[in-house]
Amino acid sequence: MIHFVLLISRQGKVRLTKWYSPYTQKERSKVIRELSGVILTRGPKLCNFVEWRGYKVVYKRYASLYFCMCIDQEDNELEILEIIHHYVEILDRYFGSVCELDLIFNFHKAYYILDEILIAGELQESSKKTVARLIAAQDSLVETAKEQASSISNIIAQATK
Amino acid sequence: MGRWRSPFFADMIRSIRACKTAAEERAVVRKECAAIRAAINENDQDYRHRNLAKLMFIHMLGYPTHFGQMECLKSIASAGFPEKRIGYLGLMLLLDERQEVLMLVTNSLKQDLNHTNQYIVGLALCALGNICSAEMARDLAPEVERLLQFRDPNIRKKAALCSIRIIKKVPDLAENFINPAAALLKEKHHGVLITGIQLVTDICKVSTEALEFFRKPKCLDGLVKTLRDVVNSPYAPEYDIAGITDPFLHIRLLKLLHVLGQGDADASDCMNDILAQVATKTESNKNAGNAILYECVETIMSIEDNGGLRVLAINILGRFLSNRDNNIRYVALNMLMKAITVDAQAVQRHRATILECVKDLDASIRKRALELVYLLVNESNVKPLTKELIDYLEISDQEFKGDLTAKICSMVEKFSPDKIWYIDQMLKVLSEAGNFVKDEVWHALIVVISNASDLHGYTVRALYRAVQTSIEQESLVRVAIWCIGEYGDMLVNNVGVLNIEDPITVTESDAVDVVEIAIKHHSSDITTKAMAMVALLKLSSRFPSCSERIRDIIVQNKGSLVLELQQRSIEFNSIVEKHQNIRSTLVERMPVLDEATFSGRRAGSLPATVSTSSGTSLNLPNGVAKPAAAPLVDLLDLSSDDAPVPSSSGNDFLQDLLGVDVSPASVQPGTSQAPKAGTDVLLDLLSIGSPPVQNNSTPSDILSSSQDNKSSVAILDGLSPAPSGGAASMIDLLDGFVPNSPKPEDNGPAYPSIVAFESSSLILTFNFSKPPGNPQTTLIQATFTNLSPNVYTDFVFQAAVPKFLQLHLDPASGNTLPASGNGSITQTLRVTNSQHGKKPLVMRTRIAYKLNNRDVLEEGQINNFPRDL
Repeated sequence: MIHFVLLISRQGKVRLTKWYSPYTQKERSKVIRELSGVILTRGPKLCNFVEWRGYKVVYKRYASLYFCMCIDQEDNELEILEIIHHYVEILDRYFGSVCELDLIFNFHKAYYILDEILIAGELQESSKKTVARLIAAQDSLVETAKEQASSISNIIAQATK
Repeated sequence: MGRWRSPFFADMIRSIRACKTAAEERAVVRKECAAIRAAINENDQDYRHRNLAKLMFIHMLGYPTHFGQMECLKSIASAGFPEKRIGYLGLMLLLDERQEVLMLVTNSLKQDLNHTNQYIVGLALCALGNICSAEMARDLAPEVERLLQFRDPNIRKKAALCSIRIIKKVPDLAENFINPAAALLKEKHHGVLITGIQLVTDICKVSTEALEFFRKPKCLDGLVKTLRDVVNSPYAPEYDIAGITDPFLHIRLLKLLHVLGQGDADASDCMNDILAQVATKTESNKNAGNAILYECVETIMSIEDNGGLRVLAINILGRFLSNRDNNIRYVALNMLMKAITVDAQAVQRHRATILECVKDLDASIRKRALELVYLLVNESNVKPLTKELIDYLEISDQEFKGDLTAKICSMVEKFSPDKIWYIDQMLKVLSEAGNFVKDEVWHALIVVISNASDLHGYTVRALYRAVQTSIEQESLVRVAIWCIGEYGDMLVNNVGVLNIEDPITVTESDAVDVVEIAIKHHSSDITTKAMAMVALLKLSSRFPSCSERIRDIIVQNKGSLVLELQQRSIEFNSIVEKHQNIRSTLVERMPVLDEATFSGRRAGSLPATVSTSSGTSLNLPNGVAKPAAAPLVDLLDLSSDDAPVPSSSGNDFLQDLLGVDVSPASVQPGTSQAPKAGTDVLLDLLSIGSPPVQNNSTPSDILSSSQDNKSSVAILDGLSPAPSGGAASMIDLLDGFVPNSPKPEDNGPAYPSIVAFESSSLILTFNFSKPPGNPQTTLIQATFTNLSPNVYTDFVFQAAVPKFLQLHLDPASGNTLPASGNGSITQTLRVTNSQHGKKPLVMRTRIAYKLNNRDVLEEGQINNFPRDL
């Protein structure tokens, strides 16, 4: 299973963290510090796997962002690369050629999308289209709620004028 | 883009990003947090979601946000979807399963799992799947189980993954999920299929009942068919990756087949065809295809034997290994490690390639390759492989040297054909990377050297040469000074020169130089210095001409800040100066260290020893770290377990050096109690190898006859013409020491009797004996004597001991104790001391009897047991 997902920028800034195994707050920052030290310093031609504390961390760099996933020793590293790519493609379609800034200002969206791809550290959906559809449906639920709220407040505003 | 891009929220991110220093950022965050707290206190509902989003961002930056946890719960409890969505996100981000607050959310989760809006059900499932604790799993399992049959497939798949989390937290629940999970395997929706297969895999891992169920042809054939369908599926744009339809589904099916086929020949048989098809038909030019092939190989290697398939799998790995892509090579190395148990010969064929991978630029590949090489070593190839690795050791990265030396040492120890080769290789490793060598490795080397009596001269000369160029490699220096101390005369006199050696001339003073450099070198630690000190003492006797110089070096350490060195320096100085007559006996060459005991001890401390092949001179487990507690002590403390060195305190050193058994009371007050660990080093350096103190044959044994303070001093008194009362210093005791005194015969351990209890009329004495071969147990013969003129009747003796002891009382010889000492009662006690050698015996007693029909009770505590019972 995937124990955690990290998105780290080339400067070492954390853009997203998702923990599927329990780590205390202290451990989390230690893990992030340790791993960004290891991964950010690795050369470009090297393999995408780092052995770490009896686990493996599979990482892949997309532009300025490193996508990292920590898995068990016996898991399939090559498949994790595909899962990372799967996620990136879905982000890309959602934001329309995604960049780091999208993930900063809309970090919650990145989480929502991840939650449609992984649960409990396991893959949930292999169809990008399905994920996109589910996210869109939920976004529109939010939109509707917002419109309703504003129309109600309009009515109230009108009435109290 | 809707309300989440509201100015408040984006503004905060912008202002944080605009910060130039960490201090500035902290200030901004502090201000934001204060505002959020204020909003929380006012119970501001309009901005709750916005504040939560801000908190999450702040949380990601690593600031504490616990004060927002309750806000998440409130947000989840509100009615609308937007609030719930952000609330659940916050819950997953800000909390984890160990926080008590989480329990409060169980009720909300339960309601949401039953909500009419399927997206809200989805949110709850997702949160539950990601952070649920065991308690929540138990509470909510029925809801999740029901949702496995929900009408919308997107809920079913979420429920399936949620079930995985539940059975991982509470494996007992697994059986409830077998039937609903089996139903998921028949679905067409890929999301449901993938998650359903994953769920079945995890259920099978925790429940044998489930494993049997899914192995039945009814289920297994269905799975094989699903895999066949997806392998042969026409182009499906929705699931296509690099020309393969849904590689994720492929991989999950293969993983499940792996679990079902392992250990079941029939099940394995069912899947042979499809595995062969996947192994041969899958395109290997893209990562997705390779991921499938990799999984397929893994499955083939794990299921029951089918020769043909395995050849196919090994061939795939061979192809992987020659791939230019580092990722593929990495996984190939990884898988070859598993393949080695299946077909070692096939893996050996790739040895050259694997050896090249050890030298790869990529640390991950190097590490994998090294592990694999280590598994490939056997008697026939150990020499060339070791040579390659040692050559590479010179040029390898610093951070890789630790792993590399550990593995080299380990394989050399395991497979060395003869001792001289072993010693040669170890010397190379020590000279190259001595600082990376673990303690037990050079300890083992010393044991081997000690046993190779024909190689003593050769080894000490080789070490002398090596240390000239590699003085900064601490473990090399330690081994060298130990050998020079022991075999210095062979170094100088060229004893036992082998014809492969270059002639070398070393003077006595050259040899002392080495030790002097070691003791003065800035990088030498206390162990090295202590060893050097002992070596000097030994050399002072081997090289009488250098005696003066050695004394000077020793004396320089009189001012050492390390108490241990300071004390030794003073003691050794006195030995060199005043005790020529005993010096040579004192510093005799060490008896041969017992290999069997040493390796047995190492093996004992390492239960998970890899079994080594027979026929090697050494059979030591290796590369495994020992508990750190035993530095030199274990190496050299080879005295057998039934006579452990008594507890270590400052005086033990001399005690063991001379075999004198001085209990603390007889040590003169000025003798300081040196730090424990440091003393042990010297203590054991000198006492090693000698048989147990009680029955050894060294001349010093004369003094070891008694544990008792008084008698010990008495004997010393008798030996010593000089006055040596309690105030006499240890040195004075030595002064009076005559080496050739007759020694009392001492047959095995004997312990003096003690008076365990004494009142005006009742005396209890204890006689001790040890059953052979069981040092922990002591048999105590208790004898009661009544000195009063009255008979004691209804005599009962009771005893109690602390937890580390076990006590067994045999029946007493009677319950009437005759008067005036005209007879006695005896009773046997059997005490087992689990802390034998560490803690002395101690006992509480209660004696009850009737005197003239009046009850009498006498209680007492016995603390004066001989020390090492």
